[in-house]
Amino acid sequence: MLSYILKRLLLTVPTLSLVAVAVFLLIRLIPGDPALVLLGESADAASLAAMRADLGLDHPLPVQFLSWLQHALHGDLGRSIVSGEPVAALILQRFGLTAAVVLVAVTAATVIAASAGLIAAWRRNSAVDLAVVGAATVVLAIPSFWLGMVLLLLFGLKLGWLPFVGYIPFSESAVQAMLFLVMPVMTLTITESGVLTRMMRSSSIDVLQLDYVTHARAKGLSERAVLTRHVFPNAFAPTLTLVGLTLGHLLGGIAVIETVFTLPGLGRLMVDSVLARDYPVVQGCLLFTAVVYVVVNLVVDLCYPLFDPRVTAR
Amino acid sequence: MMDRFGHLGWNALIGVPLVAGLLVIIGIGIIWMPYDPIAIDLAHPLGSPGLYHWFGTDEFGRDVLSRSMLGARISVLLALATVAVAITLGAVLGLLAGYLRGWTDRLLMMITDAVLAFPGILLALALIAVLGSSDGSIVLALSTAYTPSVVRVVRATVLSIREREFIEASRTAGDSPFETISRHILPNVLPPVVVLATSLFGWAMLSESALSFLGVGVPPPAPTWGNMLSESRPYMDVASWLSIVPGLCIAGTLLGVNLLGDALRDWLDPRRQT
Repeated sequence: MLSYILKRLLLTVPTLSLVAVAVFLLIRLIPGDPALVLLGESADAASLAAMRADLGLDHPLPVQFLSWLQHALHGDLGRSIVSGEPVAALILQRFGLTAAVVLVAVTAATVIAASAGLIAAWRRNSAVDLAVVGAATVVLAIPSFWLGMVLLLLFGLKLGWLPFVGYIPFSESAVQAMLFLVMPVMTLTITESGVLTRMMRSSSIDVLQLDYVTHARAKGLSERAVLTRHVFPNAFAPTLTLVGLTLGHLLGGIAVIETVFTLPGLGRLMVDSVLARDYPVVQGCLLFTAVVYVVVNLVVDLCYPLFDPRVTAR
Repeated sequence: MMDRFGHLGWNALIGVPLVAGLLVIIGIGIIWMPYDPIAIDLAHPLGSPGLYHWFGTDEFGRDVLSRSMLGARISVLLALATVAVAITLGAVLGLLAGYLRGWTDRLLMMITDAVLAFPGILLALALIAVLGSSDGSIVLALSTAYTPSVVRVVRATVLSIREREFIEASRTAGDSPFETISRHILPNVLPPVVVLATSLFGWAMLSESALSFLGVGVPPPAPTWGNMLSESRPYMDVASWLSIVPGLCIAGTLLGVNLLGDALRDWLDPRRQT
């Protein structure tokens, strides 16, 4: 077990190093003076000179990278060109909202997908199966931002049940905040449940054909016990990996949903910074999401043995 | 065990007509469109769907049907270009990694791992921030995000067949590595790559519309389904057709492409059929 954890931890080192190099080089891809790129066109001569010294532009690129990395490791990701605020603070301020929406939606989607996929596989080729597969296939084809717009049109504009433009922070009114989050969470839950359901269904079909399931049934176990205790744990493992990948990638994918519902989340921060050419923020968001992705997948992989103890033996 | 719903018949039955319909609409659009898709007609803004404008007009009085038709062409061309670049680059790198193994392989795998750690759309956003927003940078940004998955699929296939007898035979017969790869490895790599290409096409189309929706994709006045949706947002309550039509176009196309991809996979991958 310990060697499995260590091996998995070591695997993240080259990935994270390359991620850091890529994010660092991104700014250098822009033609022109990096100091000017980082401070914006309106920067005065004195701060430009200070930034050039700070970046160590007269040093070779690897030295510049190491100094940048040292700053980043200490949580210093530079300052926003637009607002002058520290990038790290901006990211953390926005991350809470995005993380809350993503976590609630992915948990809901996982619960829906795990049960629907398992039942569809159990009653394979029945009307229930047709409905589940059909719904999952249709959901997979619907872009999340359009689904969000349709929900907004229906529940916000036509029926007037839910507020839809802007956001009230939890600290001001928890109830209001949750009302604002219903539609974004619903959109994301529906969108993400499609691919997870298909995954759960196909792995459940594979598991249901295994000898030990026949054996469990032959022992006289109830169908419920066979499904929950014998099929579910094994069929769920591949879905869990997919949940990990989804969680990591949603930090990016949610940008469109935050745009539809005008939520001040991390994705929107990145899009606004791209539009404003606020490169330090773009760089910071990119580094932050990639690190979150690697860490989330690390955690998921470390949870894997709970469902499939054979993993540690390999 | 045959699977009635995940099976060739159903998928192809719905997928093929949807994709064929899209191609026909694009074909018609090249020859003829009801109106000029970018001609502004300020006398008829936000007109509801009717006899003259089947899908209504937008805030500038432009015909939504014509814009959707041109949007289809632009989206499909961009997605095709993205898939072509990603598949070509990914196939070359994947063949190298799988055939040469050793350090080339390890290095390429590390790089693909790193690229895959960035959420695809954010990576594309960052590259567009650097490159500026144009058709070329959209293709470049999206194919950068998708190439790693092609590398992995090609590499895995090459690794699984490179020790088989017919490869060994080709090598002992004195074939050059180039001949071995092109005559014996490539044909085996093709089926999984074709299946992946259909998925990539769907992803590329979805991502391009997402980027256009976010305002960093295809710049106006050229219409794409994504930027039509983005421009429709202020008028949702008075002109809901502006938000409905492009969305249905995207969803219908993705459904067709996904189903076609599933059908191709069932057809090309005999393991799944048994």
